[in-house]
Amino acid sequence: MNDMTPTQAERAGKLEGLGCKRKRIEDIRFTQGRGNYVDDLKLPGMLFGDFVRSSHPHARIKSVDTSKALALPGVRAVLTAADLKPLNLHYMPTLAGDVAAVLADEKVLFQNQEIAFIVAEDRYIAADAVELVEVEYEPLPAVVDPFQAMAPDAPILREDIKDKMDGPHGKRKHYNHIFNWQVGDKDGTDTAFETAEVKTKDLFVYQRVHPSPLETCQCVASMDKIKGELTVWGTFQAPHVVRTVVSLLSGIAEHKVHVISPDIGGGFGNKVGVYPGYVCAIVASIVLGVPVKWVEDRMENLSTTSFARDYHMTTELAATKDGRILAMRVHVLADHGAFDACADPTKWPAGFMSICTGSYDIPVAHLEVDGVYTNKASGGVAYRCSFRVTEAAYAIERAVERLAEKLGIDSAELRMKNFIKPEQFPYRSALGWEYDSGNYQVAMQKAMDVVGYSALRSEQKAKQEAFRRGETRELMGIGVSFFTEIVGAGPTRNCDILGVGMFDSAEIRVHPTGSVVARMGTKSQGQGHETTYAQIIATELGIPAEQVTVEEGNTDTAPYGLGTYGSRSTPVAGAATAMAARKIRAKAQMIAAHLLEVSEYDLEWDVDRFKVKGLPEKSKTMKEIAWAAHNNLPAGMEPGLEAVDYYDPPNMTYPFGAYFCVMDIDVDTGVAKTRRFYALDDCGTRINPMIIEGQVHGGLTEAFAVAMGQEIRYDPQGNVMGASFMDFFLPTAVETPKWETGFTVTPSPHHPIGAKGVGESPHVGGVPCFSNAVNDAFAFLDAGHIQMPHDGWRLWTVADRLGLHA
Amino acid sequence: MPKVQVKMTINKREVEAMVEPRMLLIHFLREQMGLTGTHIGCDTSHCGACTVDLNEMSVKSCTLFAVQANGARITTIEGMAAPDGALHPLQEGFRQMHGLQCGYCTPGMIMRAHRLLQENPNPTEAEIRIGISGNLCRCTGYQNIVKSIQYAAAKINGMPYQEAAE
Amino acid sequence: MIPGSFEYHRPVSLQDAIALLVQLGDDASPLAGGHSLIPVMKTRLATPEHLVDLAGISGLKGIRRQQDHIVIGAMTTQSDMIASPVLAETLPIIRETSLLIADPQIRYVGTLGGNVANGDPGNDMPALMMCLDAEYRLAGKNGERSIRAREFYLGAYDTARRNDEILTEVRIPIPPEGHGYAYEKLKRKVGDYAVAAAAVMLTASNGTCRTASIGLTNVADTPLFAEEAARALVGTRLEPAAIANAAKAAEGITNPASDGRGPSEYRRKMAGVMVRRAVERAKARAGM
Repeated sequence: MNDMTPTQAERAGKLEGLGCKRKRIEDIRFTQGRGNYVDDLKLPGMLFGDFVRSSHPHARIKSVDTSKALALPGVRAVLTAADLKPLNLHYMPTLAGDVAAVLADEKVLFQNQEIAFIVAEDRYIAADAVELVEVEYEPLPAVVDPFQAMAPDAPILREDIKDKMDGPHGKRKHYNHIFNWQVGDKDGTDTAFETAEVKTKDLFVYQRVHPSPLETCQCVASMDKIKGELTVWGTFQAPHVVRTVVSLLSGIAEHKVHVISPDIGGGFGNKVGVYPGYVCAIVASIVLGVPVKWVEDRMENLSTTSFARDYHMTTELAATKDGRILAMRVHVLADHGAFDACADPTKWPAGFMSICTGSYDIPVAHLEVDGVYTNKASGGVAYRCSFRVTEAAYAIERAVERLAEKLGIDSAELRMKNFIKPEQFPYRSALGWEYDSGNYQVAMQKAMDVVGYSALRSEQKAKQEAFRRGETRELMGIGVSFFTEIVGAGPTRNCDILGVGMFDSAEIRVHPTGSVVARMGTKSQGQGHETTYAQIIATELGIPAEQVTVEEGNTDTAPYGLGTYGSRSTPVAGAATAMAARKIRAKAQMIAAHLLEVSEYDLEWDVDRFKVKGLPEKSKTMKEIAWAAHNNLPAGMEPGLEAVDYYDPPNMTYPFGAYFCVMDIDVDTGVAKTRRFYALDDCGTRINPMIIEGQVHGGLTEAFAVAMGQEIRYDPQGNVMGASFMDFFLPTAVETPKWETGFTVTPSPHHPIGAKGVGESPHVGGVPCFSNAVNDAFAFLDAGHIQMPHDGWRLWTVADRLGLHA
Repeated sequence: MPKVQVKMTINKREVEAMVEPRMLLIHFLREQMGLTGTHIGCDTSHCGACTVDLNEMSVKSCTLFAVQANGARITTIEGMAAPDGALHPLQEGFRQMHGLQCGYCTPGMIMRAHRLLQENPNPTEAEIRIGISGNLCRCTGYQNIVKSIQYAAAKINGMPYQEAAE
Repeated sequence: MIPGSFEYHRPVSLQDAIALLVQLGDDASPLAGGHSLIPVMKTRLATPEHLVDLAGISGLKGIRRQQDHIVIGAMTTQSDMIASPVLAETLPIIRETSLLIADPQIRYVGTLGGNVANGDPGNDMPALMMCLDAEYRLAGKNGERSIRAREFYLGAYDTARRNDEILTEVRIPIPPEGHGYAYEKLKRKVGDYAVAAAAVMLTASNGTCRTASIGLTNVADTPLFAEEAARALVGTRLEPAAIANAAKAAEGITNPASDGRGPSEYRRKMAGVMVRRAVERAKARAGM
C-alpha cells in the first residue's frame, strides 16, 4: 500500500454503484435523435395498417362493404371479423378471463371500436381507404352509467356471453355484471359500524382517465413464411407475455415467435395488454408474407386503448369520538367498459384495491367490488396505478379527511393517531396484506416540519376569517396525503398473469476482460434501467457501471420476465439482478481463493476485490478474477463467470410517503393555483437519487393533471368526449407546479438490497393530496365532498352552490 | 394527386424530392429523409414532439405541408451536434440535469429550447416555462427540463452553471 | 391524422391568387399560416380540393404607420407582431393579446389575417379588432373594399368575405397616448381557446372615462362587440358599481357554447369577470 493506492471511497466512487446520481446511458442516444422507437422501423416491402372504427357506441352491424376500399390502388387487403373467424381470432382472450373483440362481429359495443383493418402500401393510402369502407348500423340504446347497467331493463351489452352466468371470477348477478369480489370480515365490520360512536359515509368517484404516453401504441409484425417464424416489434411493457400470448393465439411455437420491444416512448400501463392493432398486423403479415406496421393516432389511443380508474367507491369509516378508527367498509362499483380487459393478476379482479386500509391500524374491514359492463372502451388498470392502488389510496385518504372534518380534529393529527406503529411491522392488515416495513410517524413529522404545517394552518384560519369579512376572494387549502402503496407483484403463489407466475429474472455474464452484459425480464419505458441495473451490478460485483451493458426487451435473449408496470422492476428484477450477481461473486470468491492459495473463508470482500483477512495487500480484483475464470480455475470448476436468477418475491413491497400541498382558489373563476407541493417518499434503498427525483416529478405532474381537470367522458348517448389533446388535460410547463422532494429510508427487510420501487408512488399519493387541498379549502363552508376532477368550472359551481357569488 | 418537387436544406444538406402536396413535413422528414429523430405525439398540433427549426423559427412540422417548406432551411435534432460529434450544450444539459426519461419529447424539446435561447439568451425560469409551453412531456414534470435549459444557457454564455437554491 | 388529397398552388401575386380563387370556386381554400386550416384538414372535416398558398405573395407582410393608423399586412405572424416596436409603442394591447394565443411555435406561423378571417369564434384577434374598430381590406374579383371588423362576423365560420376575396391588410386607428387597455383571457391552460376573454380600450381625462370599447371572445358563435357594456363606463370614474354594470351588460349579450371548458352559464359569468378584470387593468394603465 502506498500513497497512490486509491482509498475505499475512491474505488467505490469509480463504480457509480448504489446510491450514485449516475448520469443516464439512455440519454446519449435520445438527445441525439437516435432512439429506436417502433415507428422508426422501416423494413423492405413493409405495408401499413389502419382501422375503420365505429361511429356508434352500441349498434348491430348490418353490413360491411369493403369493395371500394379494396379497389383503391395501393390497398392490399381489408380484414373484417369474417376473415378472422376461421382462425378463431375475431375475439381474443383478455388478462381478466374475458374475451375482447379484435374486429367487431355482429355488433359494436363502444364508439371507435375496430370494425375493419386496412392494409395498404403507405399510411396515406390506408387513411384514404378507411374513408371508403361502408358500414351499415342498426343503432341500439347505449349504457354509459354504471349504476344503470344493472337495471332490470338495461340493454344487453354482451350477447356473446349472455347465457354464461358463471364468470371467471364467480357468479354474475346480471347480464351486464362481470364479477363480485369480496375480502375481509363482513360480519365483524358490520358489527363495528352498528356500535360506533362516529361514522362517515361518502361516495368517492375516481373518474375515467387515460395514461396517454407521448408515443401511442404501435407494432411491426413480420412473418417469415420460409422459416415459419414471426417477429413482432412493438410497444410492449411485457414482451415475454406478449410472446406467449401470440404463440397461443397463432399456433406458432413459442421459440419461433420473436418479440422485441425497442425504445418505448412512455408506457404508464397503457402498453401492457394486447390490442386489436397488434393482432390484425400479425394476421395481415402472416397472410401477406410481408411486414405490416400499425401505428395508432392520438384519438384512437385515448378513446380505445386501456383507460384507467372509473371506480365509484362508497367508503365508510367507523371511529371513536376521539378519533380512533375502528373499521372500514367499502363498496366499489367498477365500470369496466365493454370487455373485462383489466390488466390485473389473475386472482385479483379488483387489483390490489384491498390496500384501502392504507397506512392506518384498522382492526376490521370489508371490501366488496362489483364490476359491470358499459358501452365504453375497456381497460381499467393502467396509469401508474399499481393495480387499483391509486383508487384505494384515494378512498382512504379522502375518508380520513372527512372523518377529521366530522370530528373537528386536524387531519394530520388524526393520521398520526392511527398510523401503524414501527413495532407492528411486518404488519398484517385487516384485508390480508403483510406490510414489510415502515416508519410513518417519522416521515410525517419530517414533512410537517419542512412545510411548516402549524404555521400553514394558522395562515389558513386567518384567511378564512378574511374571506368571511369580504377582504379576499381566495380560499386557501392545505392538502395532506399519507399513502402506503403495494408494489412489486409478486409472489407466484398468488400473482400470475394468464397463469405465468409473476417472478422476474436477470442473467449476467462477465467477459474475460472484465466487462459485463446483463439482461432482465423487465422493459423500461423511460425508467432508466440501462443505468440503474448496472448500478446494482456495480456495487455487487465491484465492476464499474460503465463497464456493464444492460439489455431488455428482446425475448430471444432476455430471460423470461413479466415486464415493467406497477413499479415491479426494482422489487422483482432488481432483486434477481442482485441475486444473480451474488451467485457470480460466490464463484468469484472461490476462484480468488484458488488464485491466492488460501481458503475462501480467509477472504473478505472490499468494494471491488477480495482480500485476505489480515493481509490486505494480497488481493484479487473482480477484473483479475474474470480473466482467471476463463483459464485458471480450481479443479472441477467449470469455466466462465455468469449466472441467471429467477426471483420469486416472498412478498410485495410497501413504499410510503407524506405529501403536502398548499393551494389558493379564486372563487370567482374557480381557478386553483398550487402554491407549494412537498413530497416525502420512502422507497427503501435508493439506487439512483437523481432518477428517483425524476420519477417523483413525473408522477406528481400526472397526479396534478388527473386531480385538476383530466377526464375521458361519455355523453348520455355514449359519444366519447375529450379524446384529443384539445380537451384531455395535459399540463404544460406553465401550469405544472414546482415540486419539492425529500425522503426517508426504511429498507424492505425481504429484498436483497432493501429497495421497494418508487415509480407509481407519486401518482398514488399525489392525486389525493391535490384533491384533499381543494376539499380542504371549501371544508370550512360545509361544502361536503367535492368530486374530481377539479376544473375551474366545477369549483366555480361549488362556490356558486354555496352562495359565494352573491 | 400528381407529385410536386420540393427543395430544402436540412441540417446543412441540400435535398430534393418529389412529394404529394398533402404530405406533412413531419412524414417527409421521417419517412422520405430517414430523419426519425423528430416524433409524432398527437393529431391536434398540441404536443410539440414534432418541433423543428425552420428559417430561424420553431415550427410544428406536423402542421405544415412539405410543399410549404420549399426553399426552407431546416434543422432537426440530428443536426444539433457538431460535425466532429461534439454535443450541443443543450444535448449535454439535458443529460447532466436529467431532463429526459423516455426520450420521446426530447428532440422537439431541444429544438424548441435551441430557438428559445436564440430569442432570449438568458431566460428566467418563468420565461423558460412559457418558452416551452408548446411542448408536452409526460415523464419529467418539466422541472429538470428547465434546469437542462438553464445549464445550456449558462454554457453558451460562458458562465458557470449554478443550480438555483430550492 | 392524414389529410385528403388536394392540388397545391403558390401564386406570386395577389392578382394571380384572386384569379385562382375565382377559377376554382368553392373547391379552393386560401392558405395563410395553415395552423387553423391544416389541423381541420387532418381530421378531414375540411377537404378542400385546392389550396392557394398566400406565402409567395410579397407585400402582404409588414407593420407600418400610416398617419393616424397602423396598417398590418394580413400575412404578418403573431410572432412578428409581438416583436414589433411600432406596435409596442402605439398599440400595446396587440402584443398582450398575441402572447395569449396558442403557443410559441404556433405564434411563429399563425397570421393576423388567418386569425381574423376564418370565422372561428374561438380566435382572439377578432374581438380585439372589433374593440379597436379595425378595418379589414379585402381584394377580390370586383376590386378592393374595406369592411369594419364590427360588421364582418355573421356566424360561426361565416364572415362577410366572399370566396373570391383575400384579406390583405388590417387598418387600426391609433389610440391616444396614455390610453388604458387590457386583454383578459381565462383559459384552462396555455394553448387553449378562451373560456371567455375580454378586450378593453378606454381613454380618460380628469379622472373620468371619456371613451370605452369592449370586445368579447368565444362566448357566442361570433366575437361580440359589447356596446352597452362600454357605454356603462363612459362618463364614470370607473368605480366598482360602474364596472359591475358593464360586466352585467356584457354577460347579457353572450350565448356561450357548453363544452369541456364549462357549461354556458359558467362561461357567461366568466365573460363578466373578464370584463371586470380587464377594465381594472385598463383603468390602472390609464392612470385613473
